[in-house]
Amino acid sequence: MPFKILEKSQIVPTIHQIIIEAPKIARKARAGQFVILRIDESGERIPLTIADFDGENGTITIIFQEMGKTTKQLSKLQAGDSLLDFVGPLGNPSEIEQVGTVVCVGGGVGVAPIFPIARAHKEAGNRVLTIIGSRNTDLLLWEDKVRDVSDELYITTDDGSKGHHGFVTDILKQLLEGDEQISLVIAIGPPIMMRTVAGVTHPFGVKTMVSLNSIMVDGTGMCGSCRVLVGGETKFACVDGPEFNAHEVDFTLLMNRLMMYRTEEQLAEEKYECDREGCQC
Amino acid sequence: MPVLDRQHMPRQDPEKRRKNFEEVALGYSGEQAKKEASRCIQCKKPACIAGCPVEINIPAFIKCIDEDDMEGAVKELKSMNALPAICGRVCPQESQCEAVCVLGKKGEPVAIGRLERYTADWELGTKPIPEEKPEPTGKRVAVVGSGPASLTTAAELAKLGHSVTIFEALHKAGGVLVYGIPEFRLPKSIVLNEVKYVERLGVSIQYNSVVGKLDTLDELLEEFNAVFLGTGAGLPRFMDIDGENLSGVYSANEFLTRVNLMKAYQFPDYDTPIKRGQRVVVVGGGNVAMDSARCAVRLGAEEVTIIYRRGEEEMPARNEEIENAKEEGIKFKILSNPTRILGDESNWVKHIECLNMELCEPDESGRCRPEPKLGTEHLIDVDVVVIAIGTSPNPLIPMTSKGLKTTKWGTIVADENGITSKNGVFAGGDVVTGSATVISAMGAGKIAAKAINNFLNN
Repeated sequence: MPFKILEKSQIVPTIHQIIIEAPKIARKARAGQFVILRIDESGERIPLTIADFDGENGTITIIFQEMGKTTKQLSKLQAGDSLLDFVGPLGNPSEIEQVGTVVCVGGGVGVAPIFPIARAHKEAGNRVLTIIGSRNTDLLLWEDKVRDVSDELYITTDDGSKGHHGFVTDILKQLLEGDEQISLVIAIGPPIMMRTVAGVTHPFGVKTMVSLNSIMVDGTGMCGSCRVLVGGETKFACVDGPEFNAHEVDFTLLMNRLMMYRTEEQLAEEKYECDREGCQC
Repeated sequence: MPVLDRQHMPRQDPEKRRKNFEEVALGYSGEQAKKEASRCIQCKKPACIAGCPVEINIPAFIKCIDEDDMEGAVKELKSMNALPAICGRVCPQESQCEAVCVLGKKGEPVAIGRLERYTADWELGTKPIPEEKPEPTGKRVAVVGSGPASLTTAAELAKLGHSVTIFEALHKAGGVLVYGIPEFRLPKSIVLNEVKYVERLGVSIQYNSVVGKLDTLDELLEEFNAVFLGTGAGLPRFMDIDGENLSGVYSANEFLTRVNLMKAYQFPDYDTPIKRGQRVVVVGGGNVAMDSARCAVRLGAEEVTIIYRRGEEEMPARNEEIENAKEEGIKFKILSNPTRILGDESNWVKHIECLNMELCEPDESGRCRPEPKLGTEHLIDVDVVVIAIGTSPNPLIPMTSKGLKTTKWGTIVADENGITSKNGVFAGGDVVTGSATVISAMGAGKIAAKAINNFLNN
């Protein structure tokens, strides 16, 4: 049965939000979990972290950036259209406990999946400090939503067009050096950002979790495509994760494996653009 | 009456089939099928039936073919086996029904598998023979997974009038039949047709439903009177050697899922990519290794090598598939074991290091243990590696349910009737036995269906 898109909006030209009717998944979803979707019969299965879920209304919200063919194709869908497959909730939920002060760090489109985690920590009675960052102010998303669930919100932009001129890790370092006792840091964003976060928190000995966005096919532990090295052990991001102790993750391996299909991704994207524009190449 | 020679099944020419994913074995013509059927001597005490895990009345369906009663042959087959077109293609008949055929003692056994295939394919070419609908019992059964064990259990229970719902994690039904076994050995249209047959029996299938996540086993038990777990053995094993996570190193599951389920061989018309290596090494000696190697050939690899640590005699793959692989130009490097995998500067696999092995005297278990020959390490150039050394069951369901006993290998503990340690929960197929064959999973499915029926009626 196809899954209907109830709402579609463009956040910035290359970042989009869609709300999908999926009552059963919405009732089960917890912060930190992900879904796998497939647009049509010839489509690939791609994993996306759940940005928001509403059990009462039976909806799942996802946010994605146009990166290749599938995300471009996804961006063309409108409310009323349907996805062929929508599987979830997959992966383990974030561990949410009352621990004191939690710093949530979201970079780029990683701001969206950090939102439900920040909200859950807040609801669990933690003090939530959130740092969100992007390249520039136009690419900054969900600022108000994140502010609503945070005790303090810090904004950074690479070009200084809003908030702190610099990186999320600059603020993180300041917070760690400050007087407040921080119990947990959780970061979601590009792998390079998560690696930097791990590097910043390590000397402070603060527990740090990251959500790994490995390439996946089935998402249930069957294919082994998403394998990551954590603490020297091979783990499957889909069933052992997606969250892992940042200080133990082999980020080089993660980044290398994410590049595996770069040539094929480019080819697929070019073909997609060609087919859309009707060129004869 | 002279016993004719066993009819050969026409196959695609190796040179041609190396370049396509179309079925290799082409099936009997009507004339061939009749000739082959006439070879069956209709034993009074047929050994072949006992040789079949689902106990098809083999002489009876063959007699129907011989007498031009194809509808009768279909009914006879389907009364015992819901998936004959699949079994006719992938069953290891040579070690089951055909192994005990009387004709095999002096010559070649009756080609039971090929006749099964012919009969099932005959029905596909006609209108499906309508099924009699049983009286509904009002009992509801959830079947988890849609591979051979699950489809069989579901079909048997539906025939008894129970309401059956299959929960499938992927977007297609068939389990290993659709993600694992390649198109050239088992066309997906064949699987789809047999899945449709199971649906015509009244079974409904919920796709994209990961039990253990979307519904837990305990939640299913609130809604259903019984649950059958036929989730297979789908967790890939690795060798635990250096370099196994390099780019270009695949588990057979991933390689085959990309190619078969996601149709990566049609990339970019289908979106899922696969690395088309020039020099491919497949590690393992089973049917899955043969399937992976033969897919790699069809994806355009110049050189495909199977590395296996024992001898060819010990290879668990079917002889027919080993032969097919050889005909397609796949090299066999036996008595060889990988020790590490090395990558290039961009972390892509470049070499695999192997060590020669020798088989020692058989140990107490009767098996020859391969021993490494020290100092024989050598590198092989490679750009794709596929690890096909086996799988173990997925822990998702045991992890999320209380009271379901598993073994240290992760298989679910079930008795010979498929009864597990949890009330109302049954299991069968690879999830209980570890990786085995399609037909043994179906056999387990049939037995479990009987046990479930007893449970529901008491």
